[in-house]
Amino acid sequence: MGCKRREFLKIAGLSTLAGLAGKSAYELLAPGELEASQFMSGGQALEAERWAMVIDMKKCSEQEECRDCIDVCRHVHNIPDFNNPKDEIKWIWKSPFQHAFPEQESEFVEEKLKELPFIVLCNHCKNPPCVRVCPTQATFKRKKDGVVMMDYHRCIGCRFCMAACPYGSRSFNWRDPRPFVNKEEGNPEYPTRTKGVVEKCTFCDERLAVGKIPACVEACKEKVLVFGDLDNPNSEVRELLRTNYTIRRKPELGTEPSVFYIV
Amino acid sequence: MLEKALTGSGKYWGWIFFLLAVIGVGFIFYLQQLSYGLGITGLSRDVSWGFYIAQFTYLVGVAASAVMLVIPYYLHNYKKFGRITVLGEFLAVSAVTMCILFIFVDLGQPFRVMNVILHPTPNSVMFWDMIVLLGYFMLNIVIAWATLGAERKSAPPPAWIKPLIYLSIPWAVSIHTVTAFLYAGLPGRHLWLTAIMAARFLASAFASGPALLIIICLIVRSQTRFDPGKEAIQTLAKIVTYAMLTNVFFLLLEFFTAFYSKIPGHMQPLQYLFFGLEGHGKLVPFMWTFVVLAVVGLGLLIPPSSRSNENLLAVAAIAIVVSTWIDKGMGLVVGGFIPNPFEEVVEYAPTLPEISITLGVWAIGFLVLTVLFKVAVSVKEEAAQ
Amino acid sequence: MHDAGKIIAGLMVFIGVMTFPFWYNMGKASPAPEPELSQKAKQENECVEPKSFMKTSHMQLLNEWRDTAVREDLRVYVGSNGKSHDISLQNTCLGCHSNKDKFCDKCHDFVGVTQLYCWDCHLEPKEKELWAVKDANF
Repeated sequence: MGCKRREFLKIAGLSTLAGLAGKSAYELLAPGELEASQFMSGGQALEAERWAMVIDMKKCSEQEECRDCIDVCRHVHNIPDFNNPKDEIKWIWKSPFQHAFPEQESEFVEEKLKELPFIVLCNHCKNPPCVRVCPTQATFKRKKDGVVMMDYHRCIGCRFCMAACPYGSRSFNWRDPRPFVNKEEGNPEYPTRTKGVVEKCTFCDERLAVGKIPACVEACKEKVLVFGDLDNPNSEVRELLRTNYTIRRKPELGTEPSVFYIV
Repeated sequence: MLEKALTGSGKYWGWIFFLLAVIGVGFIFYLQQLSYGLGITGLSRDVSWGFYIAQFTYLVGVAASAVMLVIPYYLHNYKKFGRITVLGEFLAVSAVTMCILFIFVDLGQPFRVMNVILHPTPNSVMFWDMIVLLGYFMLNIVIAWATLGAERKSAPPPAWIKPLIYLSIPWAVSIHTVTAFLYAGLPGRHLWLTAIMAARFLASAFASGPALLIIICLIVRSQTRFDPGKEAIQTLAKIVTYAMLTNVFFLLLEFFTAFYSKIPGHMQPLQYLFFGLEGHGKLVPFMWTFVVLAVVGLGLLIPPSSRSNENLLAVAAIAIVVSTWIDKGMGLVVGGFIPNPFEEVVEYAPTLPEISITLGVWAIGFLVLTVLFKVAVSVKEEAAQ
Repeated sequence: MHDAGKIIAGLMVFIGVMTFPFWYNMGKASPAPEPELSQKAKQENECVEPKSFMKTSHMQLLNEWRDTAVREDLRVYVGSNGKSHDISLQNTCLGCHSNKDKFCDKCHDFVGVTQLYCWDCHLEPKEKELWAVKDANF
């Protein structure tokens, strides 16, 4: 009896394995059904080697009440407003200089600068720690233009990326965000997110694909935000970097942020 | 052999049903978490890991500590551990079970967990953690089951088990090293960015796991006819003593580096944990409880006179288990997030549903442990007759 | 065999429970529903691929669309008939098949494949209406 049972288990196990192997082999080798179909990028898509942003805080500080860039992002991306800091989702927001740049601490720095609200968002790092730690490649850096993307379909919600990001740029959907999206001002063309996934700024990947610059850059009347190709020496961002003293957040960590600040 | 877990005294069944009740309550809260989201916990965008991951980290240590029995018994032929090595291995199995469950309940999208295997990502430490934990689970269940089965038939363990046992030794070290790497490789989290993180983890693991095993051995002796052996328990106590001393030493090293260098980023999390920062200090009482318990535990463990008194040893073991839990669980995980990357202090405290789910997972672990120990002890009782 | 009676009785109970759905639904078979095309879909006459393919493989196509658009940033699909479409579940698919309940749900409910999480994030036309109404009450 014991021997028979063992034999039975062996056969059952082997046939399961064979079945699984056969199925994957078939899927691997089966000819594609739609060979004539193909995927393309839209003709008018904006392209760059490495997208970057320069934020001119000299100009920005003159309009302390302005929230145009933040509001437009909220609207085009259906970002919810929970009205409590615990559940908060942030893509682009303001943080006082002393908090956005904690390592720049100086006892005698001008009081006004200390409290000056800086525009902060995902830095789209060249060496993004969030991408390094993600166990499913749900967050990844696009090879073609350096944008650090989120694939909400794949994210398992482990929040390793939130622990890894040294800039606090990532938010988690602690609950279903849809009831908290302002539908009157929201964007019916863009999805919301689901509970249990991480989200952040994606440099408006959906707009770049159709030839538009990021919504925040477009919305800023003072031209505080400048967007362009860091690898192109003739780009506007490179011109600004040449002619101004700029800083980046926590450069000592080697993440190489693609967001620069003129101070 | 599993049938041995199906017969037992009224007390045994009472304990089983108690655990099932705790599991049931936890499960109901988990259903609530599934429908509402992780927002029912106290976690936030600033402290994004908390109670669940704290338990996970602590229990990986308990699991790894089985190696403290395996090395003396199998490598140094220390016969006194022959009676309890299988208990250590089963403790590891139940601890890894809990680890996996704690990761699972912490996921925002638990039904997508297979994505980790569908899209394997070798540059993610989390990927390797999954591999080493599952491997360690398999190794221990196979080794313990096979040796116990052999013992039941009064036969020597099968020869193929030897290579697996030897493999399990570095593997045990690997699970805790990889778990430490989850934290130690992150830029910008100053409390975690330390080269001795893995060493600290192992030291605290080799204190907490054997201390827990001492408590369990004493319970087993009082409740069954199986005696783990006084000398084996004393050897465990010595292991706990040395490991805890090392653990405390490593922690003091962290204090030196932070407070002598006076680098603010390095001091702040420790200041928050032990003294409070910017008027926030929810964890301060816990961290001082850790200090007091560690001192009390060591005070009882170091002098041979109190260590050899099993009543005092029990007190010491409980003190060590609780203190390492506070230090490595809550302190290390939550402390790493405070202050946040903006150097603002946002505090965290677990909520009732979160604590209930946590207790539920612990109850599952104890259920697995109870069943496995029932089998082991029954086999050993029979063998003794 | 020891305890033959108990084992056989147990097996019978097990088989009874496992096959319960079949007993329960016996004689209640209803014909498979036909998805209804919206006015717009009818006018278009053809989907991004032939109907037979869409019927059997729309889920694979959607998966491929999803990954290619999000991960490779290729957002235009050229079908085997040479026509190109923007890759978007929310705007392209549902823009034409604007009657989700009569197009998607009818079959999905019938076959019991209702655990789709597409609509957790993507707005279906009915939801979109809420977005468009300027003085929505919430």
